[in-house]
Amino acid sequence: MASTLAEKIIAAHVGREVSPGEIVVTGVDVAALQDGTGPLALQQLEELDMLRAVNPEKTILFIDHAAPSPRKELSNAHKSLRDFAAATGAVLSEINEGVCHQRLVESFSSPGDIVIGADSHTCTSGALGAFATGMGSTDVAIGIATGKTWLKVPETMLVNVSGSFGEGVYAKDLILYLIGEIGADGATYMALEFAGPGVEAMTMSDRLTIANMAVEAGAKTGLFAADEKTAAFLEEQGRAGDFKEIAADPDADYSHTFAIDAGELVPMVSAPHTVDNTVTAAEASGRKLDQVYIGTCTNGRIEDLRVAAGILRGRQRNPSTRLIVTPGSRSVYLKAAAEGLLADFVEAGAMVTGTGCGACVGVHGGILGDGEVCLATQNRNFQGRMGNAEAFIYLSSPATAAASAIAGKIVDPREFSG
Amino acid sequence: MILKGRAWIFGDGISTDHIAPGRYFHLRTNLPELAKHVLEDANADFASEMQPGDFVVAGRNFGLGSSREHAPRIIKLAGVSAVLAQSFARIFFRNSINVGLPVLELDTSSISQGDELEVDLEAGAVRNLTSGETLSFAPLPAVMVKILDDGGLVEHFRKHGDFNL
Repeated sequence: MASTLAEKIIAAHVGREVSPGEIVVTGVDVAALQDGTGPLALQQLEELDMLRAVNPEKTILFIDHAAPSPRKELSNAHKSLRDFAAATGAVLSEINEGVCHQRLVESFSSPGDIVIGADSHTCTSGALGAFATGMGSTDVAIGIATGKTWLKVPETMLVNVSGSFGEGVYAKDLILYLIGEIGADGATYMALEFAGPGVEAMTMSDRLTIANMAVEAGAKTGLFAADEKTAAFLEEQGRAGDFKEIAADPDADYSHTFAIDAGELVPMVSAPHTVDNTVTAAEASGRKLDQVYIGTCTNGRIEDLRVAAGILRGRQRNPSTRLIVTPGSRSVYLKAAAEGLLADFVEAGAMVTGTGCGACVGVHGGILGDGEVCLATQNRNFQGRMGNAEAFIYLSSPATAAASAIAGKIVDPREFSG
Repeated sequence: MILKGRAWIFGDGISTDHIAPGRYFHLRTNLPELAKHVLEDANADFASEMQPGDFVVAGRNFGLGSSREHAPRIIKLAGVSAVLAQSFARIFFRNSINVGLPVLELDTSSISQGDELEVDLEAGAVRNLTSGETLSFAPLPAVMVKILDDGGLVEHFRKHGDFNL
């Protein structure tokens, strides 16, 4: 039987062919918790007297959402993760290491893996060809203690991408466009699979941005075939041995298909308060901004910072618009420093912070005031997301964000390319 | 099991940020305190005015967003007996079953704020005692009925020592 990527990966784990809709109990290759969901997971294991990790080197506890801790309750939550890691040999990713999804693709997830994480954006690892999905604390706790989870084999929506991005248009614009078209529940319970000549041409960074936001269409995972780009990426991380080629069968059965010509796309923006509330950057232009935020698991990679720094270099942010830049991991931070990008940002009037998730998730480090408007490169603009239900969040690519920080209002970044 | 209570109406696209806002991140290890803020950003009066047994009745894609299991946990802890919605986001739906919160998918458009509802989980029926209307809901997938019947995933494991789906 011809299989989609999702079916192929699950079948390899359960040792037989699988079909959409069936329930399987499968082995788990990588299990992850973060500081917002981890303490509850460990509490469940304690209740079951199962405080253990069957695969400790692939069990990772990330301290990234409240890093460094802004209050004692969270410091105590962090202690519980450190204690579990020390007791079981599980990996602890400390406050300086980075955002969990960026760290997972740098060091832990591999093509063909089943990755579960107590964070909805775990689907990011799908860019490497891993069946990666977000679950709740209890599901991941059971996965850590037993090495197993249950899954419903999803139907797959094929997103066929042709063409290549024009000037000023990026992977973020593609995924915002797709979510705007199919809606925030347009792929609920499905796997999204991205393929076609447009995908083959994409960088790993592009693919990671797209996979990261699969859940914003309701999808269980967002998958890409593992090809020579994936191999090169893993080699760069010192993990050449973790590569294996994986692709869907050419005649696989997709429940839905969607075609995108990347060459037709323009810079996009999600307007408050839902990700599927998309308009073109040109349509949103003129909206005054109090804050611009560049970073996160969606767009906090070195490629993103290069694009943003390229626009900001030699210019100044608008005096009424604060600019915060947060590299996605320690490795990204070091590269950005070595390339002089951090200096570019600081000279342009940005505040460069340590790595982490705090501003995007509304915990600390960039919380908005009443009535304030922020343009961010993150994946969510829900009411209350950045710590204040009375604030307004727009989403965009790093290029749109950087250009808009200079203008002090939303602009189409192509205005700045000349 | 028959559940009885009043309906609290919410709209489409209620996210986990509405249910358990990030500004209360530090309360995630203190669920009774976090539950005092449940759904605060969708209806600021809900947590203080709802009565144990009441229902959350919503539109499309309830619970979208984050994987935070705290969201269904605090809905349950606040005393809500079930969530009725046109549709649910995947992770929230699964988390609800794992923590033992009934989540029922049905056309909720005829239910109004304050309606007295009676839900028969076995029969798959919602009786609106205020309007006299009876609505039916699709049965849960069998795998989820097993987990919900055991009282959630932790109890499932306590009982069977493994997945028994």
